[in-house]
Order: sequence, then C-alpha cells, then structure tokens
Amino acid sequence: MKLIYEKSQPGRRSSFVPTHDLPAVEVPEELRRAEPPRLPEVHELELIRHFTELSTRNFGIDNGFYPLGSCTMKYNPRINERLVGLPGFANLHPLQEEDGAQGALELMWRLQEILAEVTGLHAVSLQPAAGSQGELTGLMLVRAYFEDRGESEQRRKVVIPDTAHGTNPASVTMAGYEVTPVKTDARGNIDVDDLRVKVDGHTACLMLTNPSTLGLFDENIEEIAKIFHGAGALMYYDGANLNAVCGISRPGDMGFDIVHINLHKTFSQPHGGGGPGGGPIAVREMLEPFLPVPAVVREDDGTFGLDYDRPNSIGKVRGFTGPFGVFVRSYAFIRMFGPRLREMSEVAVLNANYMLARLKDAYELPYDRLCMHEFVLSARNLKREHGATALDVAKRLMDYGFHPPTVYFPLVVPEALMIEPTETEAKETLDAFCDAMLEIAREAAEQPELLKDAPHHRPVQRLNEVRAAKQPVVKYGFADHPHLEPTAREPVVAEAPKGV
Amino acid sequence: MAAAESYPDDLKYHREHDWARLEGDEAVLGVTWFAQDALGELVHFEAPEVGATVTAGQSYGEVESVKAVSDVIAPLSGEVLEVNQAVVDAPETVNDDPYGRGWLLRIRMSDPGEVDSLLDLDAYKQVLADQ
Repeated sequence: MKLIYEKSQPGRRSSFVPTHDLPAVEVPEELRRAEPPRLPEVHELELIRHFTELSTRNFGIDNGFYPLGSCTMKYNPRINERLVGLPGFANLHPLQEEDGAQGALELMWRLQEILAEVTGLHAVSLQPAAGSQGELTGLMLVRAYFEDRGESEQRRKVVIPDTAHGTNPASVTMAGYEVTPVKTDARGNIDVDDLRVKVDGHTACLMLTNPSTLGLFDENIEEIAKIFHGAGALMYYDGANLNAVCGISRPGDMGFDIVHINLHKTFSQPHGGGGPGGGPIAVREMLEPFLPVPAVVREDDGTFGLDYDRPNSIGKVRGFTGPFGVFVRSYAFIRMFGPRLREMSEVAVLNANYMLARLKDAYELPYDRLCMHEFVLSARNLKREHGATALDVAKRLMDYGFHPPTVYFPLVVPEALMIEPTETEAKETLDAFCDAMLEIAREAAEQPELLKDAPHHRPVQRLNEVRAAKQPVVKYGFADHPHLEPTAREPVVAEAPKGV
Repeated sequence: MAAAESYPDDLKYHREHDWARLEGDEAVLGVTWFAQDALGELVHFEAPEVGATVTAGQSYGEVESVKAVSDVIAPLSGEVLEVNQAVVDAPETVNDDPYGRGWLLRIRMSDPGEVDSLLDLDAYKQVLADQ
C-alpha cells in the first residue's frame, strides 16, 4: 500500500476556500514560516480511500479476539457512544457555570461514589488521565502524607515486586523515590521472607498489582498489609487487574490505602489507540485532604459543585476536571451491570480458567494454580524441544486471525505468553483460540518453519524488531523522495457566492 | 550471527548469569550465553562511567533487547577501569561473542575475597539446570 505522500500530486486539493472579505492582518515577519508546510496533495475521494484502506489493515476488538494480557481488551458497548454523544454531554464547555452543568457534575459525583464502593475506600479523584498518571498522583499523595507527618526525609523507598508492570518503577523514579525490588516465591506470591527484611522505617509504600501480572491473587495479602502498616508505611494498589475482583474483594479491605482504577480497562473505555484513558484514584480517609483539586461535591441542598478549597491538596494534575467522555462511558457501563457487576469479574475469571485448563498440557505452566482473570504460560518447552519461541507462537497466531497475547512479560517467566480473554468473549471464541494454540504447538514439532516465518497471511511479514529499535524511522523521508516535494504557490481561492 | 551455547571453565560465574575473568587484581565482566539468549538480540548497553564504583550483587548498568530492559548485576565490587566501547557502539557484539569481544567492563577489584563467593562452572551449570 502506498503512503499518502506517495499518492500526492502537486496542485491537487480536497477543498476550495472562499475569498474572505475581512481586512488583511499583517503577520510579523519573524512569525511567518519560510517554506510552505510539506502536506500531501490529494483530492477528497483519494483521501477517504486511503484512510479507509488503512483502517481495514488495523486489528481491534471489533475485528476479532484480542487476548492481550494485562490490557483487558473487552468489548466497548455501542450504547456508551450513544450516551456520550447526547448534546448535554457532547456540547458541554469545560468552563460552563456549575448551575448549567448539574447533570455532568452529578454523573461525575456518582462515578466517584461507585469507585469508592468498588475499591472499598473513602474518597476519589477522577482527574488522572491514565493508569501511569494515577500512579504518579498516588505517589505524590504518599509524599504529601509523609511531609505532613514530618517523615518525608526518612521515608524514601518504595517496595515493588519483580512481577510489576514497568510503569511502577518508572513512576517511583519520576516521583523522586527509590525502588526496593522484592522477589516472587515458588507459588507466585510475593516472597514474604524477602519482604520482611526490606520493609522498615525508610519505607514509604508498597506498590502491588493484585492479582499480579502472573494472574495470581496474592494469598498472603493480609500478612503483607500487616508488615507495611506495622512499619508505618502505606500500600498502593495498581488497579490494572481490577477486572478480576470487582464486587468480590476490595483493595481497601485487603489493606490498601491508595488505588488507581483504569477506566479504559475495567470499565470499557476504548483504548489501545481507540481513545483517551482514565486513571482515577481512590484513597483512605487520612489521604483525602491531599487529593487533587477540584473535587466534585454534593452540597447540602442537593446540588453539585466543584470544590477548590482544599488547602492541603497536591494541586491540579490534569486540565479542567479530567477526561469527561471517559467518565460518561464508564458510568454507563457500570450502571448497565448495576448490582450484578460481580458477574463481570466472575465470568472474566471463569473464561481465563477454562482456557488455562485447555492449554496447560501443551505449554508449560510455571505456577500450577487456579488463575484469576488472566494466566501466564511459557513456550519454554517448544523452544527447548523444537526451537520455536514465544514470539514465533505469537506471530503464528496472527495467521489464525487472532491478536497475539502479551509476550515476554512478566520477566520472571521465560518465554512468557500472558493471556487475558476478558468476560465479553463467547465460549466458541475461547475454543477457537485454544484450538489454534494447540495446533501451533503441533506445528512447532512437525513444521517449525511455519512458526519461524509467520505471519504468512498478513499485509506485512515478520518485522525486523532489532532494526526498528536501533534505527527507528518515525517521519517521512522527504530527502529520499525529492519529486514528492509540495509545490510552493499562491493559494487557489474560489469566489464566495454573493449575498450569502 | 549468534554464538553457539558455551560456558568456559576458566571463568567465575554469578547466579544472575554474569561472568568474571580474573586478571591479577583486575577483573573483566560480562553476561553469559544463557543471559544473551534469554534477552535476544541486544540493541542498547547503558554502561557506567569509567571511575564509577560497582558493588557485588548490585546493578551496574542495563542491557536492552527488543523484549525487555534488564539490569546487569556485578559479580564483584570495584572501580570501573574501562567500558567496552565496541559493545556500546554495537550491542549485538554480546550476542556474537559473549565471552570474547562482547565483554562489558574491566574493574579493579576492591575486595578480592568476594571471588570465593562466585560459582565455578559446575555450580553455575546446576543453576542453569534449575531454570
């Protein structure tokens, strides 16, 4: 397929701008660009065909099964889009007066209340726009809390297990803390003995995903909470895997003090190139004074407003009141379940365990336990016996029409394949994927080159990942294509019809 | 071209898949064949500065492959005398020749007694067998 620049023809255009009848404004010389922008020149139909063709080469949840572990690629219900498009939501201005935005404020307040209930915590800020921003905001709250107690200088360390999402240590470093890594034990839990010697008066908090990226619920979570709270430290819950436990167990009850929730994972906001994220944080009572401003509050008279009067707040972390469209979609999604939200997590866990049971003989299972909403297999046996790696399996899955699972993560499992089906897939889809995985394991033994050369039936073949990492080409090389230079010329204008 | 699997018997090993070649009071450090095979082709080596101090059992740098970024653990403590610029310029040298041209650091040992805590070839092979 040609690039849009390669379809460009000098002078071709999609629209004609009418002649203006306003006085000309002189743009100061230093603000004018010296050369015209290098824009592709195509007509409108060509433009539409180009991007329509591109869209057919994309793969999303609407095309097929997308079991990308820890990403919770679930169905994004269409009714969410209908509701977020209602004029009262869609045409709202972020600077609208509060009395003209009561419906929107009420929706945000109700979402805060629901998230507090789901997490078992006291107060919620909807502001952070992604899980990673939720993490950073949470760590800023940790710092504000210890500064308030005069312990900020001494508490510099954040404990993170070796299975953590990469964002955890990155957020810690960005927040000015130091990472203390802890190991995973033979059952896939945090190694409590290792933990005991690493938690002391210098510890600020724990950052933990539970269930972990191994898809396993930490069986010692109450003891872990005792260790941290006994040392005067806090507990941070990375909510990336919240889809496993909604309505069943609550991070607040496990002992966590701060939680971020990925609205774009658990609560159906499209993501992965499909839209903005949402990473609200929920906190225990003693941390509420430090939450970002503004808070959405319900006044005594039943109206809703924005409260900026929080003198101990860490301040704003996002423009205006956060990603509002995300709130509408997530609120709609949660209200569709109502009190049956628990079934969402139950089916997600059931789906994962069904697949685990079908696949664990053909692939290695590093921790032989029931899983939660996702599970991690190892292709180590295929590599050892037939030279086929997890990457080869992932590429071959594309030939069968599936998005590959997450591979080579978590790092504690060699040749890892991390599979998360979510609750929105039918049994036939789970079976079709398992059939493909079993067939690929057979192919690895009988025709390993089928895996090595995969994908065979996709618009692009195996990419050279090493070259992409070392010599990334992230912009179009005009210098390599001098004949595609746009032409410098006066704009073509059409006369505006008279009397309009 | 990736090297064939091998583990020289004149090296000392650390269980995090690092090796040390002792030369008087100096040591040359690198990662084992197993480490480079698990990582895949390397695309970046984040090296310490010459003159920096490395501590046994702790990370002294990072290697990045298309799969992951991993810490490199120092098998011995000491001062960095030399960084292998060939690996900084072409990290895949480690995949080609992990014990030769793919060495990472030369250090002056600050505590030669630490050598006793390193693994010999048989002990390291036992670590590999348990993987």
